[in-house]
Amino acid sequence: MILEVKLRLNSIIDTETLAKIIAEKAFKGMIVGLTGDLGSGKTTFTKFFSQAIGVKDNLNSPTFTILKIYEGNFVLYHMDVYRLEDIGYDFELDDFIYGDGISVIEWYQYIREMLPKNILSIDFKVIDEDARDVIIKGEEEYEEIVKAISNRYSN
Amino acid sequence: MYVLGVETSCDETSVSIVKDGKDVLSNVVLSQIDIHKEYGGVVPEIASREHVKGITYVFDKAMNDAGLRYEDIDLIAVTKGPGLIGSLLIGVNAAKVISLSFNIPIIGIHHIAGHIYANHIDNGMEFPLLALVVSGGHTELILMKEHYDFNKLGETQDDAVGEAYDKIARVLGLPYPGGPIVDKKAAHGKDNLHFPRPMIDSGDFNFSFSGLKSHVINVHHNMKQRQEEINVEDFCASFQEAVTDVLVAKTIMAKEKFKVKQIIVAGGVAANSGLRSKMKESIQDIPVYFPKMAYCTDNAAMIAAAGYFQYIRNNKKADDLMLNGQSRLNLEG
Repeated sequence: MILEVKLRLNSIIDTETLAKIIAEKAFKGMIVGLTGDLGSGKTTFTKFFSQAIGVKDNLNSPTFTILKIYEGNFVLYHMDVYRLEDIGYDFELDDFIYGDGISVIEWYQYIREMLPKNILSIDFKVIDEDARDVIIKGEEEYEEIVKAISNRYSN
Repeated sequence: MYVLGVETSCDETSVSIVKDGKDVLSNVVLSQIDIHKEYGGVVPEIASREHVKGITYVFDKAMNDAGLRYEDIDLIAVTKGPGLIGSLLIGVNAAKVISLSFNIPIIGIHHIAGHIYANHIDNGMEFPLLALVVSGGHTELILMKEHYDFNKLGETQDDAVGEAYDKIARVLGLPYPGGPIVDKKAAHGKDNLHFPRPMIDSGDFNFSFSGLKSHVINVHHNMKQRQEEINVEDFCASFQEAVTDVLVAKTIMAKEKFKVKQIIVAGGVAANSGLRSKMKESIQDIPVYFPKMAYCTDNAAMIAAAGYFQYIRNNKKADDLMLNGQSRLNLEG
């Protein structure tokens, strides 16, 4: 069963908190798929997530190279697959997505078919200059993360 | 010293032969831009396949154009990163094959060092020197106190400047690549939308363009909602003014602080006319160099030029055949 939680993030600090909760439950091979319009906060979320899993280097946009690799407590593969919209896959990304690190994939819906069935998905929606609504979904190995988020925010 | 340069970090397959880091004997560039255009940017796997198709031809043509044989080459300099990993590997491996077959020393070069040394081909270098590297993948201010000594003063915390151009163009319904078209439209528009100048007063040499991007998108969205008329040219002009104000302000700040004798603007965005004119208007006491167009975009001549200086600086120490491509790479080593 797919678990789902909806949240209002009122500021960048809320985005950081969300990234930290997810990072606490991070595991090898984890895949986080991000969607949302340009400027909705996908890379900002990933920056906080990278810090929370111990990446020391500054994480910046992967748009140009599609993939950037970082080392922290886990190896982090940060991807932006926007340009693969009309193609749907890229075999060069296979080794990373199915590797031992953590993949955070912006615009993941464009390569949904090459991803495993279970992933953690986060959809960002712009409310105004600061606020964002997010919908987080996951099942099986990702259930615990969704529960942790839901618990934290219901208290 | 004849240096054979190889560059395949993104969507240009290029081989060049440069003598003593200065005289370009050949510079063959096979561009894939038309192939990637329809996808709104470079697609890694397609880029790799195109590099494989073109690499042998480019090596042969560069040798023929220069009128040399591999036995004449003293050093092979190949881009090892940063860039698309699959693309890098093709250049690196082709270079290793030639290195091994003809027993020529090989060294791996940082792509940004190449962009900076593109300047050495046309102009001299006087130190201390400040390089503003602006492209689709980079926005960095680098201080050089002598040849092949790089100190990164600051860089973008999020989006690269060229990328911000592409994304703004996307929102405004303009085609990829966004840089040239936004630049063109900006010339006919007015800076009347009062966009922020991100981090202009931050006191450091870092940049941020993600917040500006979000702001522009937000303003555009709100105007659309209110069914106000959107003047694309004014959006372009206001965006370009905001971006170039920050780039120029930080460059001036670094110039004063480190008392540099020369400024180099490198990378694809160095072709932006708004940036060129603002930089030249604002800085008149020392030379500001923009490499000529052929050396602004990716090319192997700049890699060969950088290779010459790296080799000398490291007392002619070569890499071994474990040399490999890296998607991210620190310039400062």
